[in-house]
Amino acid sequence: MKRTIRILVGKPGLDGHDRGAKIVARALRDAGYEVIYTGLHQTPEMIVNTAIQEDVDAIGLSILSGAHNHLFPEVIRLLKDKGVDDIVVFGGGIIPEQDIAGLKEAGVAAVFTPGTTLQSIVDFIESNVANRTI
Amino acid sequence: MVTKKEWLDKFSKSRQLDQKFTTISDADIDPLYTPENLADFDAEKDLGFPGQYPYTRGVQSTMYRGRTWTMRQFAGFGNPKQTNERFHYLLENGQTGLSTAFDFPTLYGRDSDDVRSRGEVGKCGVAIDTLRDMEILFDRIPLDKVTTSMTINPPAAIVWAMYLAVAEKQGVTWDKVGGTIQNDMLKEFIAQKTWIFPPKPHLKIITDILAFAAENVPRWNTISISGYHIREAGSTAVQELAFTLGDGMTYVRAGIDAGLDPDVFAPRLSFFFNAHSDFFEEIAKYRAARRIWARFMKEEIGAKDPRSWLLRFHTQTAGCSLTAQQPLNNIVRTTIQALSAVLGGTQSLHTNSMDETLALPTERAVQVALRTQQIIAEESGVTNTIDPLGGSYFIESLTSRMEAEALAYIRKIDEMGGMLKAIENGYPQTEISKAAYHYQRQVESNEKTVVGVNKYVNDEPIDLDLLYIDEQVEKDQIASLQKVKSERDNAAVDRALAELKRAAVEGRNVMPPILDCVRRYASLGEMVNTLRDVYGEYQDPAYL
Repeated sequence: MKRTIRILVGKPGLDGHDRGAKIVARALRDAGYEVIYTGLHQTPEMIVNTAIQEDVDAIGLSILSGAHNHLFPEVIRLLKDKGVDDIVVFGGGIIPEQDIAGLKEAGVAAVFTPGTTLQSIVDFIESNVANRTI
Repeated sequence: MVTKKEWLDKFSKSRQLDQKFTTISDADIDPLYTPENLADFDAEKDLGFPGQYPYTRGVQSTMYRGRTWTMRQFAGFGNPKQTNERFHYLLENGQTGLSTAFDFPTLYGRDSDDVRSRGEVGKCGVAIDTLRDMEILFDRIPLDKVTTSMTINPPAAIVWAMYLAVAEKQGVTWDKVGGTIQNDMLKEFIAQKTWIFPPKPHLKIITDILAFAAENVPRWNTISISGYHIREAGSTAVQELAFTLGDGMTYVRAGIDAGLDPDVFAPRLSFFFNAHSDFFEEIAKYRAARRIWARFMKEEIGAKDPRSWLLRFHTQTAGCSLTAQQPLNNIVRTTIQALSAVLGGTQSLHTNSMDETLALPTERAVQVALRTQQIIAEESGVTNTIDPLGGSYFIESLTSRMEAEALAYIRKIDEMGGMLKAIENGYPQTEISKAAYHYQRQVESNEKTVVGVNKYVNDEPIDLDLLYIDEQVEKDQIASLQKVKSERDNAAVDRALAELKRAAVEGRNVMPPILDCVRRYASLGEMVNTLRDVYGEYQDPAYL
């Protein structure tokens, strides 16, 4: 039996811009996924601990403060440290084009920038995150 | 003679576009407004004259024939020296007031060397740790001549104290210092989401600031009651109006509860609204805001001084309306939005730069944004007459309708037990996220158009030079903080922090001990940590 895909929507860092994260969380929920929203001002440690506790399949990170080059790779590093290799990490926010290649190299599966449709995020989950068997 | 009925018959039988005619907030708009829409409208009572109660037509009798609005571009990035250079650039280009953006660690009351600040220093604004940074930030800027607005909320008391200490060092007495601190914590809990302590201690510090300013810094605007962030978080225009004025009413009542006379502190309250893309809805919003506030202050609060009745406001064009795609189009959006703020009678204005969905603005982009205001002010002719749209059937109907809808929201919040209670219940927060999601769905289904995003799309690569904040800024800022700490009298700092703690515990006004800490170069983080020990910390309830 396959279980419903579980996604953690996280807001790392200090910025309070949660409009995008909340819209994406609602859209993923409406698309039929189980969604856990962390709330604001999370450290990478808090996000990784919640992801493991909640046994999620994917983590979506939203950053609009410019701290993405530090915070995205930090979440991925902590996941690796804890031996987790089956959680897909994706993200979005105000992220300049020139930073995207570096983030992908660090292990971010997709970066969604302003103007992205909600459907394209749902499509990404459909083709990149597998339902686990239970 | 053609009657309205004849027109309506003809109109109904004619072909019309297959679309809804609604504002960006999804409010229905009639095809035509006529004197019938103004049946209950009393021009003398509801409109009056500029500079006269209820101020629907503007807060000054001369408006822009007396003085153009203040052109105030929000600026701040990197270290204090870089931002000081941007300030001088803006002043040399004809800007008439300053507006400071702080980085997230500063907004959140954390020093640059705090572990939670990693990756954030200088990114979204300027980094401030101690008085030394503020001395550099305002170097060669005479604080008796230039007014400064500071977008700072949870640690507003501390950053304001630093500004006052810089004035002292320049030999400028506080009675000559003018400016604004945002200091609006209610909208932080509702929308912008920077906070440190729970709502009640934050409200207590705000009343300390009201009392201190009334006695010592009479020209300072103590709270900039802000709808801007509420709108950016996705609210409708009516929600922006209702929640902002509801917050303002809460501050006035808190000041009175703290034993202050409203006529002493209310004239120093100012407002801050968004200018979104729906032109007439925005103009009506500003006009309704003035009328609601005047009636509330005069009739409900019983303020006697007419200056207490005035809703003076700053406007910023809507950052959330800008697109990363085809960024030059943002200049046009900003122009329309800025024009609505001017026709709505704003006292000061920030126009966004075309590149702000991609990064902080470059000098070239900021210059175009400033020129936009200068063209409106000096070429377009819209400033020749006061409230040029006053008396329009449409504008007056929309103004009255938005006033009624906002008052209905405010009543609902009162019934919940007031704004603090409503925030605790997550009411304004969830109303806003519902509206934000509703709009996004409408964009997704092409019911609402965003040019370059869901219509008239092309694949041209984005070709703009962007401002990039060097990672070195963080290292330099940490080194500079360590240098200040090694040079100051640390025993004196400890004594000043201990006194701050006692004042907080005993419920005394915290401004005098904060000023003492600041003068001794205690850091922002040290002061905030001291207060956090007393007041506790707020956690995001994460309402979806």
